[in-house]
Amino acid sequence: MALDDLYQEILLDHYKNPRNQGKMSDPDKRLQAKNPFCGDEVTLNLKFDGDRVREISFEGQGCVISQASVSLLTHYVKGKTVDQILELIERFQALVKGEIDQLDPQVEELMALQGVSEFPTRIKCATLAWNTLKKALHEYDSEQSDDEGR
Amino acid sequence: MQINSEEKKAVDIREIRERFPIFAQRENRDLIYLDSAATTQKPDSVIKAVSRYYREYNANTHRGTYRIAEKATVEYERARKTIARFIGAVSERQVVFVRGTTEAINTVAVGWGDRVLKADDEIIFSELEHHSNIVPWQMLAQRTGARIRLWEMDKEGRLHLDALRNLLSTRTRLLAIAHVSNALGTVNPIAEIVQLAHDNGTRVLVDGAQSVPHQQVDVTALGVDFFAFSGHKMLGPTGIGVLYAREELLDEMNPVQFGGDMIESVQVLTSTWNDLPWKFEGGTPNIAGAIGLGAAVEFLQEIGIDAIHRHETGLIRRAVEQLQALPGVRVFGPPGDRGPAVSFEITGIHPHDISTLLDQRGIAIRSGHHCAQLAMKKLEVPATARASFYLYNDESEIDRFVKAVSETRDYFAKWL
Repeated sequence: MALDDLYQEILLDHYKNPRNQGKMSDPDKRLQAKNPFCGDEVTLNLKFDGDRVREISFEGQGCVISQASVSLLTHYVKGKTVDQILELIERFQALVKGEIDQLDPQVEELMALQGVSEFPTRIKCATLAWNTLKKALHEYDSEQSDDEGR
Repeated sequence: MQINSEEKKAVDIREIRERFPIFAQRENRDLIYLDSAATTQKPDSVIKAVSRYYREYNANTHRGTYRIAEKATVEYERARKTIARFIGAVSERQVVFVRGTTEAINTVAVGWGDRVLKADDEIIFSELEHHSNIVPWQMLAQRTGARIRLWEMDKEGRLHLDALRNLLSTRTRLLAIAHVSNALGTVNPIAEIVQLAHDNGTRVLVDGAQSVPHQQVDVTALGVDFFAFSGHKMLGPTGIGVLYAREELLDEMNPVQFGGDMIESVQVLTSTWNDLPWKFEGGTPNIAGAIGLGAAVEFLQEIGIDAIHRHETGLIRRAVEQLQALPGVRVFGPPGDRGPAVSFEITGIHPHDISTLLDQRGIAIRSGHHCAQLAMKKLEVPATARASFYLYNDESEIDRFVKAVSETRDYFAKWL
């Protein structure tokens, strides 16, 4: 496996110029997660508009793979519905585990992370933010239904 | 003047490497293994000792009245004696077999700590510690109401005795301290630390996981109360390690595993404990592991622990000097003497990316927090890259490693 398959230009660009990085005032949902393997942290901030993610930002630092992955994540989930996002998460996780080898053309930049599937020790770097987002969406959903129940 | 034969020994790396089957594997021909602080490779003699037990005299210890059971017991106890002598214990009764350093420390926290500590007593540990020498004390403090006091390090990863003097109080029951830091290589002056603590009536537990494999350790001369180390970091099998303690402390401690082998007699409501050290070895022990660790110690003794230490000192000096000479590379840890481990970073590049690039060149290093998050926080980094050495590494490997670090920096330089 060639190194350049892992470290693609697009990833290095996101690493250097991360999209949607920074704090968010008054988010509807905020969730922090750690990669116990390396101590990297990521925090996602989300604002919803009905069942759509209206705004998203991330905080934290990490390796090229983790930072590019979370930057791309924020880029692609903004404006999408929760159901669309959950499906994208499934597809992305399958991609970096090598279970599928294609994604929708609309999210084609994520294909840059396909090379991770050949580096098993780095899969966690790529999936940390996505796992966190999935958890955040589920938590937000159950918090909403709790509120309705009251 | 008589010259100690040990002093004259030099390490013949080529001859040593041939005794480690892993390096002879075809697919490992280009492997440069620089992660011995995590776990070490195993010489043929250790693998054979483990295998011989299973093939030739597999039986439970301390029970059977037949030939192979007797042989298993003799070999298991012979390993204990070998290890006791190796670390300078007065008696093999002070050597308790456990799974590793973590279990040794947990055994002291529960077996000694729960019995002795009271609310408002104090436990000191250092900022350098591995999580396994932090978390058991946090849990003990929660159970007993004792307080944690942190012995802070400086930015270079050194601990200062003055700071310890200020921390010690009439309530300090225990000081938990690494002999050698796994993350930064800092070597702590244990004898002086023990002296200070004992003058204050404080017990000392030393995490020796990174010292026993690499340097002469004499637990009696150091005066330590408790000493913990792992077999797999000193050429032995995984799942075996040692808790050493002074005999009166082991006597006063409660066992923490209750079951077979550790009892003297069992009645309906109460039981009495077996003699030392078996009181702490409930259940069938890791017999093969103990025998393998005995073989590992014999291997280290054959090469000579002082010769190994000298060899490694040369390697670490070479690595630190060369890394420090690379622009854009920052080396963590104390100036001067250190254990055979060096933590470093390349400006702007995450340690994970460094280790992936090095792996592409067959070089195995570690990246991460090294289970030392307190130390990482003090250094203001989430993680570091770490290379660590042992007797089977040589100068040419250090040079290739440093060259690869330099190439890694250049690879990313065009982007960052």
